[in-house]
Amino acid sequence: MLSVTFSPEDRFHAFITTLPRAEPEPGRLSGIPVAVKDNISTRGIPTTCGSRILEGYIPPYDAHVVSLLKREGAAIIGKTNMDEFGMGTTTENSGFGPTLNPADPSRVPGGSSGGSAAAVASGMVPLALGTDTGGSIRCPAAFCGITGLKPTYGRVSRYGLIAYANSLEQIGPMARTVREVSLLMEILTAYDPRDSTTINFPYRHTPDPEIRGTRIGVPEEYFGEGVDPRVASVVWDGITLLERRGAEVVTCRMPSMAYALAAYYVTCTSEASSNLARFDGVRYGPPADTRPPWHEAFQERRREGFGAEVRRRIMLGTFALSSGYYGKYYARAQAARQQVRDDFVRLFRTVDVIAGPTMPTVAFRLGEKTDPLSMYLSDILTVPANLAGVPAISVPCGRSEGLPVGLQIMGQWFRDEKVIDVACAFEQGVSA
Amino acid sequence: MVSEHDVEHIAELADIGISREELAEFTGQFNGILDYFDILDQVEAAGAGEQDLANIFREDEVEPSLTQEEVLANARETEDGFFRAPRVM
Repeated sequence: MLSVTFSPEDRFHAFITTLPRAEPEPGRLSGIPVAVKDNISTRGIPTTCGSRILEGYIPPYDAHVVSLLKREGAAIIGKTNMDEFGMGTTTENSGFGPTLNPADPSRVPGGSSGGSAAAVASGMVPLALGTDTGGSIRCPAAFCGITGLKPTYGRVSRYGLIAYANSLEQIGPMARTVREVSLLMEILTAYDPRDSTTINFPYRHTPDPEIRGTRIGVPEEYFGEGVDPRVASVVWDGITLLERRGAEVVTCRMPSMAYALAAYYVTCTSEASSNLARFDGVRYGPPADTRPPWHEAFQERRREGFGAEVRRRIMLGTFALSSGYYGKYYARAQAARQQVRDDFVRLFRTVDVIAGPTMPTVAFRLGEKTDPLSMYLSDILTVPANLAGVPAISVPCGRSEGLPVGLQIMGQWFRDEKVIDVACAFEQGVSA
Repeated sequence: MVSEHDVEHIAELADIGISREELAEFTGQFNGILDYFDILDQVEAAGAGEQDLANIFREDEVEPSLTQEEVLANARETEDGFFRAPRVM
């Protein structure tokens, strides 16, 4: 019943595991195919996080969001490809090979939820779950030309999400339209006491495209150095469209952007170095050799099982937390993170949402990003929302060089509804 | 700047395993990334993490959980209901 290889019909390698059969059950998603990112636990269905170190692991329980999908009758038809443990911006870091971008198969789909984005963009499924630690829902949504929402931190339970950087990541909905994203969001936000970082605040909302009087802040930094002027121009056109629909657009500044990317990478690698210590071949995954001594056996297992980017990030995080460097890196990163939060607090005193490009460029060519730092730099526009915990959506906003561009809309804490409304207004404006 | 020796030490701390051939490449990449992180030197570290947070407590009650068989199901080596791990000494 299960196929753990890419099926030949999966032209873009969107899936790691596909399930050819699902029995329709009643519910709001009855019989609707849904793809689930492969770092979200599914009882009885292999879950690899895109890593060879979890090959063959079959979770004995469902993530909360998977239980919710099943309760609504969704047909979970497969587990989607991803950068290993979510560490990447292209899905090329998967231990199972890269996913291709349906908009142009010579390009990456973005990452790390590239498989989910490609599955939706190619029409294989209408709905998918992604996860977003530093842009991993919004980046592939932008690169593939679909819609993806990173909810407010604490709105969707992470129970059963295999952790990479707990303080940053959220599970969120991906689909072609804002209304579908909104529908899936209603289902995902049912309260779960098993994740102590969530609060009981379900999202129940019908998208309202009326945005007259809405104030939209546009930070200069989102159109600054490193942002492709052609992408910037497409996104400005999008923001102008919102203005024509009655929104008031004001330019603003986010000085913390100077530190945001470094703060993000210090934080996520530090958390990863701790989280990924559990992968030692003892409790799951291909086994460690139990004959050599402990450290030797684990080092061998982890060298073989983890890809280069995962090992790089575990080592960076170990370094950032190590004695003598903690103050220089981790402590200062947390101070910078507070500055990012403070910037959002200050801006939201006068604006309702903040808008800009999702990504500084269009999708890269496969194999284009070889230097880790240059790949990290492409996350600059998405990481602020994760550092602060605010909701952020990417909606398709036209094309540059023939490739999709995403408009990013960030909102206030626990006002995911407003983000959805502005995105809905934009979508209607585009199709009008 | 970190040296190859430093990177080897970090790999040891992280139980990550690193080969001689990889050391030079990782060290070069580390130095590029750490140079970039130096921008954080401009951030005033004081005051970080001072937030008005409250813990949320719950009663410690027994609830349904996985069986021992389910917990051990993914381990390749088990013995008498335990995981089998490499020797410590």
